[in-house]
Amino acid sequence: MKNLYLIAYLDLKESIRAKWFLVYSLVFGGLIALFFIAGVTESQVMGFSGLSRLLLMYIQITIVILPIFILITTVRSISGDRDSHILEYMLSFPISLKQYYWGKIIGRFITVYLPVLFAMIIAVVYGAIKGAAIPWSIFFLYTGLLFAMSATFLGIAFFISSFVKSSEVALGISFFIWIFLLAFIDIALISLMMQQRVDEGIIILISLMNPMEIFRVAAISLFDPQLTVMGPVAFYILDSVSQSTFVLLSIAYPLILGLLFAFLGYKIFEKKDLV
Amino acid sequence: MIKVSNLTKKFGAHVSLDDVNCEFNKNESIALMGANGAGKTTLIRSIMGYYHPDQGEVLINELNPVKERVAVLNHISFVPQLPPPIKLSIEELMQYISVSAQVDKELIKHYANEMKLDINSNLSKSFFKLSGGMKQKLLIAISLAKKSDIIIYDEPTANLDPKARDDFYRLLKQNEEEKVLLFVTHRLEEVKDLVNRQIYMDLGKIVSDERVEG
Repeated sequence: MKNLYLIAYLDLKESIRAKWFLVYSLVFGGLIALFFIAGVTESQVMGFSGLSRLLLMYIQITIVILPIFILITTVRSISGDRDSHILEYMLSFPISLKQYYWGKIIGRFITVYLPVLFAMIIAVVYGAIKGAAIPWSIFFLYTGLLFAMSATFLGIAFFISSFVKSSEVALGISFFIWIFLLAFIDIALISLMMQQRVDEGIIILISLMNPMEIFRVAAISLFDPQLTVMGPVAFYILDSVSQSTFVLLSIAYPLILGLLFAFLGYKIFEKKDLV
Repeated sequence: MIKVSNLTKKFGAHVSLDDVNCEFNKNESIALMGANGAGKTTLIRSIMGYYHPDQGEVLINELNPVKERVAVLNHISFVPQLPPPIKLSIEELMQYISVSAQVDKELIKHYANEMKLDINSNLSKSFFKLSGGMKQKLLIAISLAKKSDIIIYDEPTANLDPKARDDFYRLLKQNEEEKVLLFVTHRLEEVKDLVNRQIYMDLGKIVSDERVEG
């Protein structure tokens, strides 16, 4: 276990020093700051106001940019080390592949999750100082959603990283996955598929398989069970399952998906030539 | 100590190792030579368990380096030809090595000192920001501090000046007993005094294997 923690600790330290981490933290911290400066908490749109409105905007933007941030910063973690012969040297010491791989995942998970979480905490603290009511249920839902979302895309990134030989290809695949999942959220999906007269059951099934769509629906369902601001797919989904079941599903499914991809990545990492 | 039996390794259609058989035993210092693409690095990497063989096997003290990598790598020190761009600081790198391989940090500092490398004033510096020579000296110091039975050097003196090379050879002489020293080299004259066996590889095969006076 000590080797697992060692790898996680060193990866965390190395990531925190990296320039991408600074940009990553500034983007999410900056978003919150921007919302406050723009007076989002004082505005009222579609029934959302105060901190709830701010957190809603934050999660809406985060759903789009967090996956690509995680993918591009993480996908090179193993393939990049392989490319630059770092893996060859680091694995010349008696560390099991299991400890190395999962240690890297733990370290990287903390790195990608903490800035998005801290940005929300800052929003809540600042909002409280300003005297706004704190929407705790939304805060905890988003904390869980972001946790699950980080796990999903981290798992996918490590999966890609385990089999791709060059980091350029890894980056290309990451962009493709991001665009692919974005294209299959709600309105884009339904307009495309209705045009082709695809059965609504298939449309809903595809939506439910897409973690980005699940986040999107779950993030808004708590505010607006009627989903007036969402697309028709979200409406169908919540018509078939209850809100609380869907919230649980929206955290459990992406988490399992992330773990599954991470595990598959580990199996490939173990079975393939290391360098 | 190291037994390579009928080892074949292919990369696509290219056969990098073609039915290689050899054994390396205690107190042997081997110069592994051959043209680029002869299969030297593939053989080294197979010994270290990085590659899954297509045929045959490698055994280190009767253990398979792929399946028993932790037990096997406890016995191996390795210095690559080009120091990798590790972003960890020297302090962190030493921590990684001391925790994972139970290497005494003070011993690393001792050998670094012997190699005329002042570690203490560079502890917080990233490894990749050191000069080529400093990196190589540190990797050599680590390889010696690890006290392994098998030491593998892939062109270890490529970045070293003549004085540092002398220090390196002096330290190796002091530490070669009861060990297998394996040098991948293109310049036999540099390690001629250290080795007692010379192996030439070509097109994935061992074409000559001679014992010489060390």
